[in-house]
Amino acid sequence: MKETPDNINFAANNGLLDRRFFLKAGLGVGGGLMSASALSSEGKDRFPWMKQPGMPMGQSGPSRFEEHIKREGVGSQPGTTGSGASRTPIEYLDGIITPSRLHFERHHSGIPDIDPAQHRLVIHGLVERPLSFSMESLARYEHVSNIQFLECSGNSGAMISPKPLQRKASNLHGLVSCSEWGGVPLKILLDEAGIKPEGKWIVASGSDAAMMSRSVPIEKIMDDAIIATHQNGEPLRPSNGYPMRLFLPGWEGNACVKWLRTIKVTSGPSMTKDETSKYSDLRDDGIAELFTFPMGVKSVITSPSLSLNLTGPGIYQIKGIAWSGSGKIKSVELSADGGKTWAEALLDEHVLPKALTRFRSAWKWDGTPATIMSRAIDEKGNIQPTREQWFVGRAKNTFYHFNAIQTWGVNTAGEINNVYL
Amino acid sequence: MFTSKITKIAVNILIILIAQNIFADDVFDGVSPQLGVVISGDYIEQIDFVVMPSGDGLPGGSGNAVTGKVLYSIHCMACHGPDAKGGINGDLAGGHGTISGPIPKKTVGSYWPYATIIFDYIRRAMPYQLPGTLSNNEVYALTAYILNLNGVIGEDELMNAQTLPKAKMPNSEGFIWAYSPSE
Repeated sequence: MKETPDNINFAANNGLLDRRFFLKAGLGVGGGLMSASALSSEGKDRFPWMKQPGMPMGQSGPSRFEEHIKREGVGSQPGTTGSGASRTPIEYLDGIITPSRLHFERHHSGIPDIDPAQHRLVIHGLVERPLSFSMESLARYEHVSNIQFLECSGNSGAMISPKPLQRKASNLHGLVSCSEWGGVPLKILLDEAGIKPEGKWIVASGSDAAMMSRSVPIEKIMDDAIIATHQNGEPLRPSNGYPMRLFLPGWEGNACVKWLRTIKVTSGPSMTKDETSKYSDLRDDGIAELFTFPMGVKSVITSPSLSLNLTGPGIYQIKGIAWSGSGKIKSVELSADGGKTWAEALLDEHVLPKALTRFRSAWKWDGTPATIMSRAIDEKGNIQPTREQWFVGRAKNTFYHFNAIQTWGVNTAGEINNVYL
Repeated sequence: MFTSKITKIAVNILIILIAQNIFADDVFDGVSPQLGVVISGDYIEQIDFVVMPSGDGLPGGSGNAVTGKVLYSIHCMACHGPDAKGGINGDLAGGHGTISGPIPKKTVGSYWPYATIIFDYIRRAMPYQLPGTLSNNEVYALTAYILNLNGVIGEDELMNAQTLPKAKMPNSEGFIWAYSPSE
């Protein structure tokens, strides 16, 4: 590796470098050639896998050396196997797209094995013409596709713990993923059915064994809701709602009903179990807020993070993800001194509305204890709150919509812990 | 050469004009294949599980807590515990008065705003291993039992499409809407 240039310009205290440091310095990170394992008769070397043809074509799994990258924290309610959650291993990923096999899960009665030939989407209730759509007919409608995040509103709920839980980034914040979602704008289908003037909400129900249901206001449905049939170019995975799900850009994951079967147009919300007893936000005055749909502005440093320890002083890349249910990420700021000084991170090229945005920066760790944190700001001017700010007005044990700043502490050994300031 | 260039441009313009006739600027603008199949009221009846707080969507049938207690011990107790407390899964009773306290304990009785939600949820999703196997009378009876355990109704009170929406939950005033329609 090349030596660090002497004339480094620091962007904030405790080693945060200018966000374009890597681009400017052009540091080689690949290192030299590996040492020869066995010399051939010609005086040249080949690794074992270069000495014979490789595996047949058509392999679709990851490298066997990356098999540890899988959904994390898989857990189900007692006595069940499909009522719980699994998390995206965000600390091992880069870019903004979550591979479909690694998309987080949150199910309420397992993953149904749906035959698309038998599946129908039914629109009924306060409409002029109740209609049924087959998969085949939906394929002929206008499709749109957008790269957008999906986040469970219970994501990061473990951060309300009075003492910081020592869990990996995925186990703290992995109920968020980002995909290219493709499908039919729901407005087109509702226009075909003809909404009656008194139709103000819809109740969406899934065809899982729990028939999970949520009420959604008609304004959102007519704005940008889609019946998603595709994820990252392929039909939805069963764990993400195959053959179709409701997708509401920027809104809490629970309302994006998977395995969607019926949409009933109603005059008001049904007050389903999930929108009242579960995904409601209790305040410290004992009043609970219903229909807290949009996900707040948020960022997480995914590397370095707990379990991805530093291996000695020197230059490191700090990277992470930022997102907002209100639009595009405007900027992400980084601090390496516990929030005393901040420097702006570099955002990857794709800064899309309601999508994960990748941020990076260079950091020169000097081997002393450090406290690294990120703070996102969206295009509407919303600023990611501190943990202390987030708690204001909320009941002690409410945990939905947690979007406060995450802080990683680095000790002299380079070990990383979840810390509260 | 000059004329051929003009001809080429003219042909191109013509092609574009023809294409615009078939493919509008926004290819789907106002164009829908209209493939929805109109469905009958009988079919809707079979697939519509939505119950509204007003009671709209509740079916015929009825049940009380006495019958519900027996059904509860068969279908529910293994997961939700005796008297709907202390089971391996969620408590359905107790926690009253804790919601505005230091450690809110959310149960059906202490937190849920409408009694209709109990019927809606049991009919959709319970018992967990065998959803859809209870009759409407049984769902009403189980709903009545849970309401009775929470002191909302007496054990003989019959729950049906008329009485259930009127059962007032202890925390029914404990909610506000964070969402407001733009109009």
